[in-house]
Amino acid sequence: MAVAAAPATELARVKAVVGRQTALRRLALLAPALFIVFLFGVCPLFIILIYSFLESGAYGGVDWVFSTDAYVSFLFTRDMFDPSVMSFNSSNLEIFWRSFLLALFATAASLLIGFPTAYFMATRPRSTRTLWLFLITLPFWTNLLVRTFAMMLLIRDEGFINDGLIWFGVIDRPIVMLYTDFAVALGLLYSFLPFMILPLYASLEKIDFRLVEAGFDLYANRAKVLRRIIIPLAKPGIIAGSILVFIPALGAYITPTLLGGGRDLMIGNLIALQFGGSRNWPFGSALALILMSVVLVFLMIYARVSSERNVQHG
Amino acid sequence: MEKQIAVEARGATKIFGTGEETVRALDDVSVAIRENQFFTLLGPSGCGKTTLLRLIAGFELPSAGDILLEGQSVTHLPPYKRLVNTVFQSYALFPHMTVAENIAFGLEMRGLGKAETAKRVEEMLALVRLGKLGGRRPAQLSGGQQQRVALARALANRPKVLLLDEPLSALDLKLRKEMQIELKRIQLETGITFVFVTHDQEEALTMSDRIAVMNFGKILQIGSPTAIYEHPTSRFVADFIGETNLVEVGAAAPANGHVRLRFAAGNEVEVALPEGVAPGGRATVALRPERISLTRDAARMLTGRIDNIVYFGTDTSFYLTLDDGKPLLVRVQNREGARRSYEVGEQVGIAFRPDAVQLLRD
Ligand SMILES: Nc1ncnc2c1ncn2[C@@H]1O[C@H](COP(=O)(O)OP(=O)(O)OP(=O)(O)O)[C@@H](O)[C@H]1O
Ligand SMILES: [Mg+2]
Repeated sequence: MAVAAAPATELARVKAVVGRQTALRRLALLAPALFIVFLFGVCPLFIILIYSFLESGAYGGVDWVFSTDAYVSFLFTRDMFDPSVMSFNSSNLEIFWRSFLLALFATAASLLIGFPTAYFMATRPRSTRTLWLFLITLPFWTNLLVRTFAMMLLIRDEGFINDGLIWFGVIDRPIVMLYTDFAVALGLLYSFLPFMILPLYASLEKIDFRLVEAGFDLYANRAKVLRRIIIPLAKPGIIAGSILVFIPALGAYITPTLLGGGRDLMIGNLIALQFGGSRNWPFGSALALILMSVVLVFLMIYARVSSERNVQHG
Repeated sequence: MEKQIAVEARGATKIFGTGEETVRALDDVSVAIRENQFFTLLGPSGCGKTTLLRLIAGFELPSAGDILLEGQSVTHLPPYKRLVNTVFQSYALFPHMTVAENIAFGLEMRGLGKAETAKRVEEMLALVRLGKLGGRRPAQLSGGQQQRVALARALANRPKVLLLDEPLSALDLKLRKEMQIELKRIQLETGITFVFVTHDQEEALTMSDRIAVMNFGKILQIGSPTAIYEHPTSRFVADFIGETNLVEVGAAAPANGHVRLRFAAGNEVEVALPEGVAPGGRATVALRPERISLTRDAARMLTGRIDNIVYFGTDTSFYLTLDDGKPLLVRVQNREGARRSYEVGEQVGIAFRPDAVQLLRD
């Protein structure tokens, strides 16, 4: 017995060593990515967290004094003459709400526009799909800033659209589009549409279209096949696309700055303002963290709801 | 009572592709399938079986011709308006639904009540013997179980016609045999017209009421399994179904529906002239290996030399080369006392009765 057991334990020992070695090798492969994430992701987050609990310096930067002012001032303003008196101020909340609505609009609109597009692409012959994918990613070849400027040229009062409409006699004075919520919404939709289309395409492309035929065979018309078969099967893509559009749209900076004209702020502008003109770094940090927590809460609620629904089904 | 025609194709033609790459998947196919029949489309890969099924189901529009269900043209009706259901080769079960939801899908789409639907689903699960698996997802089932769900899902709608596209091809041999019996039982129980596609000739012979043999987009012969096996009318059908010997013979001028055929050893046989056969001096006949025998007597039809003898338990196969150099297979049952010792290399005669001779069209 003992003789037989000895090689067995030896084998186990060798296996353990080999196992540890492969684990180490994998870690080595992962190390550069981990290092970058840590250096540029986790570290700044810590800095922001610390800054948000400090007092703002008079000329930007921070004074190393603990304070919760940054968070308090999110909802309240101190009286100019008597700093101990605070009054509720909803302007920051309004900006959050506006950003939320705009991001929601961008998500919903890009889903409505992106779904048929992705469906169209996924049902093309395999050889032409690459071309469509290429066309969808074409905007990424130019800078977002340039593309947004181009959009300004189109929609401003003397832009192509207004000029064209006036020339054709449809309207006699320009429709104001630039520097409105409409312009921002349009800009967000335009900037983030590819982020909706790509994951949608990825999940639609995987659908076995024989299932669609099976649906038709079982007396489902086009609408029912879409609702009962295609959309449920494309759900992972719908979720991924919505997250990929909603979150960056919520914190968008360039689009509202250029197309909103700085009058109607979004969260991104508000945060940028604190590190620029307002010189209130702690407040900027606090805003960034509040935004992040709001997003996380949404994601968690979403994860909870969708997993519950899965449990019910299974 | 005369049975009604359930499905009919009239001159159905399907051409795929454009320009130089056109494929004639179906070429002027006409066939009428009666109610309650187990009708099989049999043919080699790529001969157009699936295409014909897809035309009947409505997934494809014919390039020419007409599809009729119960005498009504449905050529331009979308699939969801045809009282036809399909069991797909790939099963095509909805992965996001349970087995019960899969089976209920068609009923729901046709607006059947909840209670009635639930009852029908139970019935179907019992019919295909999947009793307790209604709550599972397709991914949690074995191949054979998935196949049965696909069958139940189609049958639940009580269609007039059930189309089955090689439903058994993914199963292993044992399960396949079981499902063949099961399918036949269900067809008899429900009385639904089955249009069954296979490229397995044995499957076709054992299960069908009628068989249509297809090749290159055309139907070559339609008939009962016995007729197809015993009286093939073309070289392709004779060759495709079972083992057969093709022998060249001389043919006299036909007279009142009969023709005299002269075999190599000099003997003549008179056979009925099948429809559409016009032998001009020479003809080809099919001889099943089990319908012919070896002989040392002078009364013989053909002569040849034995190349090889293979013993199979119930029977023995003799591989011969005829005098004209063509190969010939003779299969003799190993009955007690009937055994005669032939040797490899021996010159022997081949004998058979006139009704073993099947004159072919080409
Ligand atoms: N969508 C299509 N486009 C082009 N050619 C097609 C298409 N569908 C079928 N074909 C061609 O039509 C012919 C018949 O195909 P079909 O699928 O009907 O064959 P089958 O008899 O079902 O074969 P198998 O036993 O392999 O399933 C084949 O040559 C095939 O290549
Ligand atoms: Mg096929």
